[in-house]
Amino acid sequence: MPDCALANLLKPLEAMIIHPSLRQLGYMLSLTLVVGLVGCGKKDSDEEDDSGGKSDAAATVATVDMTNGATIVGTVKLDGAAPVAKVINMGGDAYCGAAHKTSPVSDDHWVNNGGALVNAFVYVKDGLGGKTYAAPATAITLAQKGCTYEPHVFGIMVGQTMKVENDDQTLHNVHSVSAANESFNEGQPPGTPAKEHKMTKQEVMIPIKCDVHGWMNSYAGVLPHPFFAVTGADGKYEIKGVPAGDYTIECWHESTKSDAAGVTQDQKVTVAAKDSKTVDFTLKAQ
Amino acid sequence: MDSQSRFDLLNGGVHSKWLHRFALLTAVTTFFLIFVGGLVKSHEAGLSVPDWPTTYGEFMLTFPYSKWVGNIFYEHSHRLLATLVGAFITVEAIWLQLSKYGKKLKILGWIAFVGVCIQGYLGGLTVKYLLPTSISTGHSMLAQGVFCLTVTIALFTSKAWPNVERTLQTSSIDIRKLSAWTVGAIAFQIMLGALMRHENAGLAIATFPLANGRIIPEFTSSGIVLNFAHRVGALIASGFVLATVAVILRDYRYDRKLSRPAIFAVVVLLLQIALGAITILSEKAVTPTTLHVSGGTLLLCTMLVISLQAYHHYESKAAKQEESLHREPAVIPSTIS
Repeated sequence: MPDCALANLLKPLEAMIIHPSLRQLGYMLSLTLVVGLVGCGKKDSDEEDDSGGKSDAAATVATVDMTNGATIVGTVKLDGAAPVAKVINMGGDAYCGAAHKTSPVSDDHWVNNGGALVNAFVYVKDGLGGKTYAAPATAITLAQKGCTYEPHVFGIMVGQTMKVENDDQTLHNVHSVSAANESFNEGQPPGTPAKEHKMTKQEVMIPIKCDVHGWMNSYAGVLPHPFFAVTGADGKYEIKGVPAGDYTIECWHESTKSDAAGVTQDQKVTVAAKDSKTVDFTLKAQ
Repeated sequence: MDSQSRFDLLNGGVHSKWLHRFALLTAVTTFFLIFVGGLVKSHEAGLSVPDWPTTYGEFMLTFPYSKWVGNIFYEHSHRLLATLVGAFITVEAIWLQLSKYGKKLKILGWIAFVGVCIQGYLGGLTVKYLLPTSISTGHSMLAQGVFCLTVTIALFTSKAWPNVERTLQTSSIDIRKLSAWTVGAIAFQIMLGALMRHENAGLAIATFPLANGRIIPEFTSSGIVLNFAHRVGALIASGFVLATVAVILRDYRYDRKLSRPAIFAVVVLLLQIALGAITILSEKAVTPTTLHVSGGTLLLCTMLVISLQAYHHYESKAAKQEESLHREPAVIPSTIS
């Protein structure tokens, strides 16, 4: 019978397995295997924890609680004489020149009465513990109007769509000079549809420029959370819905070198639920 | 009796008036192309046309003039002029091939052709990759190389070039080697300048003649290192140029083939130093900056001509002695016995 034949064949093997010394060796090997597997498994899970501390937190999509969240407000001022605003010569492109009734000036150091600094980017730099917030479905529009960018400085969330529109009847190229994200450079003739881009990594700031019109530049602050603001004409900003906690708030303003590093200043602040705290910044004139 | 120049082999001992004129035109156009290339960088216009080889999706040669707005004017002019230079060098190579000039000169024509093709490709590549320093600097340096080749071809095809009888150098210093070292020093200095320019480090040291108030600045950034290296390089290159000119004016002042370009080199050197200073003090104003770039090229080409002329017309004492040793011994007349 085949079964019996098989049983006969397995008998020596069975005898080996049940032999006490071999059985002991088997136990030891099994134990080693289990420990090894557990160890490996633990290592894997440790690794997951290490990165996962971030990735878990990153994976946790928090929501902004506007009701209980704190508000951080403040004013950004320039200490010292502001650089003289440069008059932009748009003569290289007749369309651009004709788009302005008066000679346009550079808005890189736009200072209003009392030293209020416009276009400063203020954001929560540290303290959120790696929480990530869902990017809004609405896109941020960067418009090219009269051969200038609007807005000059803006914040955008990681994964949020940036829509670049050309409202001008002249050629522009849109060139991002990014360190962390992928840089791009593409032409945008008049009448072409808006170009869409998504930044995938946090980066403060990404310069965006038009190489056709050397005076055109804009800066995008890319963050994984919505707690940022840009100072208005009065130099004031407001960040809403900040969860209770200790934070580092950074203020960034472009330097006279017009590079992404800019001029920065950090301040610590602690907020409780529904708090309203004032954090003012004074940047030294270069 | 003096020996014949080895450079005659390049020439083949012939002269074609029209081919030489065309070679001159090619060299001058290439120099102008380098100037326009300098304008592109000075205006930061390198990416104003984001695509290549098309221009905003259109065929380069039919891109309408009405769209040459802003910095597109510089970038597109550079591309068109580069195409013209490419065509000139191609015609030159074919013309040389069909001419009675020597084989080596024909090869030189084809080397220039390959050089200009690679140069065009590097130009496109640097646009595609958003102006990486390595490719942009390579593009700048190859431009110098191609220009030097066009100048060399123009010189070798000239009427005065063939059948020159070389004379022994009168100077204790080998003018040929000294001028060749000078060419090398200037080429190295141009490379440092190109690196500095494409790293946007031209104003990393914003003062002149002192470097941020000191003779040797604090090296707090790679930009300062590059900038200072270019300044030191300027001193070294100037030293080489002045030494070469001094030897020429001392020992070869009656040889106009050397003394004329030597005097011209001094003028260009002085202008070049002044332009370098103005570039810093004017915070990289377009005109002085671009002229400074072109001045470097002009100085390189002048010293190259001096070096080629020196090798062509003069023989070193050591080489002469070596040649004498290798000569067959003279036959002793039997009558002496």
